[in-house]
Amino acid sequence: MKFQVNNNEVYASTGGRPFDKNKPLIIFVHGSGLTHMTWVLQTRYFAFHGYSVLALDMPGHGLSGGESLKSIEDMADWVSDVIDAVGYKEASLVGHSQGCLVTVECTARNPDKIKTLSLMGGAGAIPMNPELLSLAENNDPKAVELMMDWAHGPAGHFGGHPVPGLYHINTGSMLAKTRTIKNTLGVDFRACDNYKNGFEAAKQIKIPTLSILATDDKMCPVKEGKKLANLIEGSQIDIIDNCGHMMLLEEADRVLNVLKKFITTNYPPNK
Amino acid sequence: MSDKKGMDPKTYKFDTLSLHAGYQPHKNAGSRQVPIYQTTSYLFDDVDHAAALFNLERGGHIYSRISNPTVAVLEERVASLEGGTAALATSSGMSAIFLAVMTLCEAGDHLVVSSQLYGGTVNLFRLTLPKFGIKTTFVKPRDTEGFKKAIQKNTKGIFGELVGNPGNEIMNMPEIAKIAHDAGIPLMVDATYQTPYLCKPIDHGADIVIHSLTKWMAGHGSSMAGIIVEGGKFDWMQNDKFPTMTQPYEGYHGLSFAEEFGPTAFTMKARAEGMRDFGPCLSPQNAWNVLQGIETLSVRMKKHCENAEKMVEYLLGHESVAWVSHPSVPDHPDHDLANKLLPNGKGSMIAFGIKGGKAAGEAFINNVKLASHLANVGDTRTLVIHPASATHSQMDEATLKFAGLSHDMIRLSVGIEDIDDIKNDFENGFRAARKPRLVSNQ
Repeated sequence: MKFQVNNNEVYASTGGRPFDKNKPLIIFVHGSGLTHMTWVLQTRYFAFHGYSVLALDMPGHGLSGGESLKSIEDMADWVSDVIDAVGYKEASLVGHSQGCLVTVECTARNPDKIKTLSLMGGAGAIPMNPELLSLAENNDPKAVELMMDWAHGPAGHFGGHPVPGLYHINTGSMLAKTRTIKNTLGVDFRACDNYKNGFEAAKQIKIPTLSILATDDKMCPVKEGKKLANLIEGSQIDIIDNCGHMMLLEEADRVLNVLKKFITTNYPPNK
Repeated sequence: MSDKKGMDPKTYKFDTLSLHAGYQPHKNAGSRQVPIYQTTSYLFDDVDHAAALFNLERGGHIYSRISNPTVAVLEERVASLEGGTAALATSSGMSAIFLAVMTLCEAGDHLVVSSQLYGGTVNLFRLTLPKFGIKTTFVKPRDTEGFKKAIQKNTKGIFGELVGNPGNEIMNMPEIAKIAHDAGIPLMVDATYQTPYLCKPIDHGADIVIHSLTKWMAGHGSSMAGIIVEGGKFDWMQNDKFPTMTQPYEGYHGLSFAEEFGPTAFTMKARAEGMRDFGPCLSPQNAWNVLQGIETLSVRMKKHCENAEKMVEYLLGHESVAWVSHPSVPDHPDHDLANKLLPNGKGSMIAFGIKGGKAAGEAFINNVKLASHLANVGDTRTLVIHPASATHSQMDEATLKFAGLSHDMIRLSVGIEDIDDIKNDFENGFRAARKPRLVSNQ
């Protein structure tokens, strides 16, 4: 669905069901340079099981208007604005990669507004390889190729997509090339590189939090994910074997099962 | 992410993908070879799991008409080789074309189509699709401007064979792709003759690539199969021409394929709607057979092309041959375009005219022994046919002429036998062709 936030049009997938303000809200926040489509194997389930879902296209990404936001802090405030804009007082947040930085910061800034936090492939900081950052800021498609290489585990490189017929690496590449690379991936990578508050923000979080990590994640390794998770009081960790950074697609079923148990327990759906 | 080593992507390359893409042994009992999932259907964990699969909430298999694990390996493998986001395998190349058209079009729609096509494809566009309310304007493949002029308000796409069957005319794919995209419609290319080893149409602007996998991809003349590959670049939401892609679809609780699946929307719709409602599914055994062929695709294609170029040289110098059409020939009208689009080889399909016309052609066909006379191409074995009396025989005289066929034309699909044996066999055929009456009386 489309709606306005800060005078810009925003697109969010509602998971194939009409948006219903009477149901608890789950917001999904994508990673650098990507779009709402990365969440298709999680959002539809929740939308069909008692939740209202918004898988956002961040400003300047996918089908959303405006320009890409330049800092993680701005993105965190924008997610909070989304909750207001759709008429809710609270929501559950789910983030992937850069989306983890955004949702951690948003949760720390809005302790009463966010009810649960689910992090996939997260870390407290995501310093960028300078060459990769430069390629993305210079609109070089090689930045996307490198990202797809590093973002998929050894198994994901071979394929085996949970949706029959889809090929991970090429689908991911096309998602990252939906808009001009330097305006999406370039801006996002710089925002990640500049963000230094992740660990401090994590210490302030007191809500139920889940971290899903993957053993073959080269972009946000398990060690970094654990470092972040250990700063959040009572946080749960689930580690997926033989899987890379794109766990939400590479091991979509496993991720959904873990996410489903965590969210339905801590933020129950309407019956 | 701050590792400075290896700043070139290490994603797998063509020959590796041909052997491995789409398959994870650790999820299949460690089986090194792809298992043949000879089953109609798949157990649901519980009612919630069943509902999730039917609602496209999860990936997975329900019923082998819609998808099958062995077939899915083939689909991913071909998608990876073509540089596509997704693929959908079908029971034959013709069913792939039909399904692609039915996914794209509705009654009242129009297509612009190259006139140089396999005879069955011509009949599909000319005679069968009008029964579904879908009309076609045919344009000669070299008439690039003609494609532009033929586009109407209700035109939903351009379709053609990259190298026309059987005359070897080449579509200027990059220019025709631009024409299509300027009009806000996709370009669909049948690249059966090339396989992704010789050309990846998506790299040259095609949006949908279709193969009869029966031919070079499977390669051994054993199994029928087809496939639709999606490039993922086409923006279905750029205009209001494709409401079945962009508007809520009643068949899946108001799902918008374009919004939900973006770069894989066409494949998702072709499977969810087309396979569900038409059902031209590929058998797992045939998918497995095609996978065996694809494992050696690059090795075979090199040999096919090498033999084809030697046969071109042989035919050009032969007294019984009136003309030879193959993109490798320097005076072929599309030779320069072929060098651009087909750098790894110009394919193994040769058309040639035999002196003595139809009678000589028939005598030639009847007297070659190594070359097989049959209605297929892209076998490991050398194949010959006389199109005017076989593959294109259902066309009337005017349609034959428009399709660029002549009665003296022999279509040759060069195999990977020893080249000397193929030439010796052809010598027998040519000898008989020079004395057609004498041979036919023997």
